[in-house]
Amino acid sequence: MIMELKTYTAPKADIHLLESGSGPDLLFLHGAGGIDAGNPFLSALAEKYHVLAPILPGFGESEESSEIRTMLDFTLHTHDVMSGLGLDKPIVVGHSMGGMIAAEMAAIAPNDIDKLCLISSAGLWLDEHPIPDVFATMPYELPELLFHDPEAGAAAMTAGADFSDPEFLTAFLIQNARQLGMAGKILFPVPDRGLSERLYRVKAKTVLIWGESDKLIGLPYAEAFNAAIANSQLITIPKAGHMVMVEQTTAVIEAIGRLS
Amino acid sequence: MKFTWFNLMPWPHLPENFRKEHRSVWVDIDAKLYDPVKGHDVYNDYLDMLEYADSLGYDGLGINEHHQNAYGLMPSPNIMAAAISRRALNAAVVVLGNSLGLYNPPIRVAEEFAMLDVITGGRLVAGFPVGSSMDVNYCYGEIPALTRERYQEAHDLIKKAWRETDPFAWNGRYTKLRYVNTWPKPIQNPPPIHVPGGGSVETYDFCLDNTYSYSYLSFSGYIRAKALLQGYWDRLTERNEPDESPYRAGFAQTICVAETDAEAEKLYKDHVSYFFNRCLHVAPGFADAPGYRTIKTIKSGALSQFTPNLGEAAHMPWKQLVDEGYVIAGSPATVREKMEELIKGLRVGNIFCLIHVGDMPIEKTRYSTKLFAEEVMPHLRNMWPEYADDNRFWIDPLDKRATPGPMSERKAAAGA
Repeated sequence: MIMELKTYTAPKADIHLLESGSGPDLLFLHGAGGIDAGNPFLSALAEKYHVLAPILPGFGESEESSEIRTMLDFTLHTHDVMSGLGLDKPIVVGHSMGGMIAAEMAAIAPNDIDKLCLISSAGLWLDEHPIPDVFATMPYELPELLFHDPEAGAAAMTAGADFSDPEFLTAFLIQNARQLGMAGKILFPVPDRGLSERLYRVKAKTVLIWGESDKLIGLPYAEAFNAAIANSQLITIPKAGHMVMVEQTTAVIEAIGRLS
Repeated sequence: MKFTWFNLMPWPHLPENFRKEHRSVWVDIDAKLYDPVKGHDVYNDYLDMLEYADSLGYDGLGINEHHQNAYGLMPSPNIMAAAISRRALNAAVVVLGNSLGLYNPPIRVAEEFAMLDVITGGRLVAGFPVGSSMDVNYCYGEIPALTRERYQEAHDLIKKAWRETDPFAWNGRYTKLRYVNTWPKPIQNPPPIHVPGGGSVETYDFCLDNTYSYSYLSFSGYIRAKALLQGYWDRLTERNEPDESPYRAGFAQTICVAETDAEAEKLYKDHVSYFFNRCLHVAPGFADAPGYRTIKTIKSGALSQFTPNLGEAAHMPWKQLVDEGYVIAGSPATVREKMEELIKGLRVGNIFCLIHVGDMPIEKTRYSTKLFAEEVMPHLRNMWPEYADDNRFWIDPLDKRATPGPMSERKAAAGA
């Protein structure tokens, strides 16, 4: 399915969103790397669901918003988008930073979200398992951190271009400064804004999906989420890193199916 | 012209193979390389140098703020300023500066700068930097995209704290205080304010809006600085500012003086190399946290143009460093000539003289410092005669200032 790019005016920002498919409503919240219309995972997901993927301010084509600063701002903005789009209890799926926002929404408004899926989610911090600092990571080091198979991952990230190509690198760095600048508001310098103290409020049936070789947010984090959320189950996926839905698309979509 | 003798205070004991064996001089610098016993001599030598510069008639003594950094041993510049305040009695104390957003609450800056200004009898030049991304984001954990907003609020609070004569409440986004009532207040209210910048239009405007002096603290020398400072002057023209006083701008330059050009190379080459090769070895991932610079600044192309890779000069031979202006070095005549080029070319009234370089020992520092003061500085003094009366950007000390000393001496003097 081809994702359609649309615009939407939320109270704090005009944003873009991707929409496609039919079936149960599914709200997808992207990670700190952003998302675009050519995303194969979203297209595959749209074969089974009515997928809506709002793009955060500062990401992709969505305009920046200096009004969104704190975790609460991110959470309420996304909740505003969800309710503004008329979605009634959609399946809420979030990857990495998007998982952190999804979990916050489910904690703050537990009666509005009854199906939650967190993929390689950020939001917790374990002293024994410090998360690598993506804000001090050079672009060419990212594939190693994000993928089970870094070589294939690098190709997926650059769509055939090369990090050693200065023109590509400049464009990448500008996009990075904009997107990671926004992401840094909730992830820098330590990606913890107190979610662990609020997870007891989550009522949703929750599926946790983790790549077994996630080098960014490792499996101990999956276990910590699993322990903190009352009605959760953990599904780990082999031969997959942090970008599990890129590396094992079918397995991830199957795992999301457990919520239906 | 105002000449400030500026010391970065580098750690002079980095190993020969530092660049190869260590990741970064900054942020995650190997802590095992620091030795507090050696540090005792290092700090005291550096403070001696500042006092020596005062005795030679430099206009200012310059210090700055860095954290977790082996080329800048001053996490607290105000402590260094206090240490020289009662021993260097003539020059301005140029604290360049306090990264406003890092002081919690920021009225700490209003308080400490006021203390320094009062102790020195009105000799403080107050620097208001945002701070480097390495310092404010990676070392001190400020959120990059919120750094500037936090800075702006801190600035407004500090200025108001100096200005107001009654207690007031501050309901900021980043600081909330029910009773702001700063004691003491500075003698110069406000002190002259200098803002180090790196080429963003926002900082140009901030300086012009507030009549602050814009300082470019580059390590790449005056030739590469041309475009950035031209951007500042162009902006000033664009805005129709009433004057283009060169004291609206300052520049930091590495300077090495000897009897001859050949002697300068012989005496200083290794220390300059130590600085560019070891001191500026910063892990590239720490250069610029995403969000620290505004998108407007990034899109303006300022980054590629103005932000040289700190390591670019690591392996440059002496001749290239001199030819390309990274270092102004040579006989007094050579240095004079190039300083004139710098001053006219960049249109600056404030020079921050980086005369101690890298691991330069005290004797060589003394030699170069004295030659510059005696053989170079006097010839450059009057380069901007038409702006001789512009005192907006420099200190206005009390005429009658205290003479520090132990009470016993003072008693003896009184009795004599």
